[in-house]
Amino acid sequence: MTIIDVVKGSGVPLRGNDIDTDRIIPARFLKCVTFDGLGKNAFADDIKGLEAQGKEHPFKNPVYANGSILVSNRNFGCGSSREHAPQALKRWGIRAIIAESYSEIFFGNCVALGVPCYKVDHVTADRILDWIEQHPSEEIVTSASSRTLKLGGETIALTLADGPRGQFLDGSWHARATLMANASKVDALASKLPYMQFLK
Amino acid sequence: MGKNLYQKVFESHTVAKLPSGQTQLFIGLHLCHEVTSPQAFAMIREEGLKVKYPERTFATVDHIIPTTADDRRRPLKDAISEEMFAHIEKNTRDFGIRFFGPSTEEQGVIHIVGPEEGVTQPGMTVACGDSHTATHGAFGAIAFGIGTSQVADVLATQTLAMSPLKTRRLLFTGKLKPGVTAKDVALAYIAKLGVNGGVGYAYEFAGPVIEALDMEGRMTICNMAIEGGARVGYCNPDEKTFAFLKGKPYAPTADKWDEAVRYWKSVASDADAKFDDEVEINCDNLEPMVTWGITPAQAIPLNGNMPKVSSFEGSERKVIEEAYEYMGWQEGGKMIGTPVDIAFVGSCTNGRLADLKAAAEVIKGHKVAPTVRMWVVPGSMKIKKEAEALGLDKIFKDAGAEWREAGCSLCLAMNPDKLQGRQVSASSSNRNFKGRQGSPTGRTILMSPIMVVAAAIEGKVADVRKYIKG
Repeated sequence: MTIIDVVKGSGVPLRGNDIDTDRIIPARFLKCVTFDGLGKNAFADDIKGLEAQGKEHPFKNPVYANGSILVSNRNFGCGSSREHAPQALKRWGIRAIIAESYSEIFFGNCVALGVPCYKVDHVTADRILDWIEQHPSEEIVTSASSRTLKLGGETIALTLADGPRGQFLDGSWHARATLMANASKVDALASKLPYMQFLK
Repeated sequence: MGKNLYQKVFESHTVAKLPSGQTQLFIGLHLCHEVTSPQAFAMIREEGLKVKYPERTFATVDHIIPTTADDRRRPLKDAISEEMFAHIEKNTRDFGIRFFGPSTEEQGVIHIVGPEEGVTQPGMTVACGDSHTATHGAFGAIAFGIGTSQVADVLATQTLAMSPLKTRRLLFTGKLKPGVTAKDVALAYIAKLGVNGGVGYAYEFAGPVIEALDMEGRMTICNMAIEGGARVGYCNPDEKTFAFLKGKPYAPTADKWDEAVRYWKSVASDADAKFDDEVEINCDNLEPMVTWGITPAQAIPLNGNMPKVSSFEGSERKVIEEAYEYMGWQEGGKMIGTPVDIAFVGSCTNGRLADLKAAAEVIKGHKVAPTVRMWVVPGSMKIKKEAEALGLDKIFKDAGAEWREAGCSLCLAMNPDKLQGRQVSASSSNRNFKGRQGSPTGRTILMSPIMVVAAAIEGKVADVRKYIKG
């Protein structure tokens, strides 16, 4: 079991609310039977859309190319349940995310991939985004055990619920082994559920 | 103190408390499609695992499958789609899972097939690698979308590591006027509570409006729960629920029916059930709703005005600016009268027989405007057959619409059905995200299926109420 606690690396500032999973990885890239190669298509359409306006998306900007801690605003990862979205981010190089809030399914998918998603309030999110834009290649550090972000000599408190934090710290974020250990309890519960007999 | 349905079902499906603090939850029904499952099967193969309860998983092919008979011939023209199709066939065959494939006439959009086959039942937990899984909540099941790693967890263990959600009851009071549908109710509450209003909550949809809806309408409302941020949405089971299920292929047989109904009634929320939050929405004056922007919460009544950028501040303002920039509408204007290029009736939101019947009734005797291409895509091959028996296909074709085979089609355009360039689509589906319908610059206006018909007839966003008799 791999324990996930400290993530060190430079930040990637991605401003905006409601950045949905169709934007993180457009549906046409879901045509695949493995997750390999998704990283290079992260935000493909947003990148093109901004290029057309002469602007640069952070995932295309060379100064953030080695970034590993993604920072965004409210309701990050809303929409589709596609694990392809966090898979694309992880394969691009993201190892931890900080945002104001997340969609439930996206958050769960990130737990399953060992990518901690921390929450901060709106003012703090904007402050971190500003700082990263001013210090694009400087290392910042998140920690699940202390629920903190260290940036530029400052320590900022992060929110991570006890359940997923426990999973990162005891390695059970990769849940299958833990779940399999209770196989006999599963059978016992199943035998008590009335509808198990209903199926024709 | 009484309990609500969510609390009862979560409790009765709790296998264990995990060391992390999460709950290990038993999954009564697992549904699979070809997009989010191949990697999950690869994971369990790699780990040398078996599917623990193969009889509790059902699969179909819906996202990538073309919707014309010609294009459905194997091998599919698109090589990757064919590979995905072949994977789900092989995976279900190898692991002993029931596959509702096109050759069986049971194929369709997974959230339409589940209820249609009677595998979706009250008091179950239902999981599927698809965010619109809450659709099954219409039957009084706790149904939610999961990612691919969790699909592998369910295959291998029939359980998931979860945390319980808080509960919010949305009480819909009043009565819907003619021309106002379940879809409008869904868009209205999402607009009111916001695209992330439901994060952390399971929604109970209740009140006279819900009780008066048929099962199809309840499915439409539960289907859209995730668009308001709620992973789970459900209605309490009642006589309509039981009547819908009776006689379905996988529904309990006569000898088990009474016992089943007793169980189903027992899971409904108690009269004195407590919720963490409650919101009342009166629907007496609800109008048909249309979206104007790039999230389902950016919806307005048909005769309402789009918002002014200046009435928002900070990050909210940026969201509104971004929507105007993408859609290209006049700030503060109306959506009614906006020209459309494509009209789409279908999807897990509004591709059921009741939707097709209502759409056919409106379009009968009219023609699709020459500037519009209209697709009618039944949610399943059974629905297609039933609709054809009622002559609905002829009504649509006579009006100039295309009558298709079952699939997800233009809802997310992972198949040949796509918008081109800046095309505008009047769509009965569930998402108006940027690029959602297959063109990175395409535009989607969400509305009810009968509103899609009105838009198809007039070639622009129009009021369906003038086409409704009586």
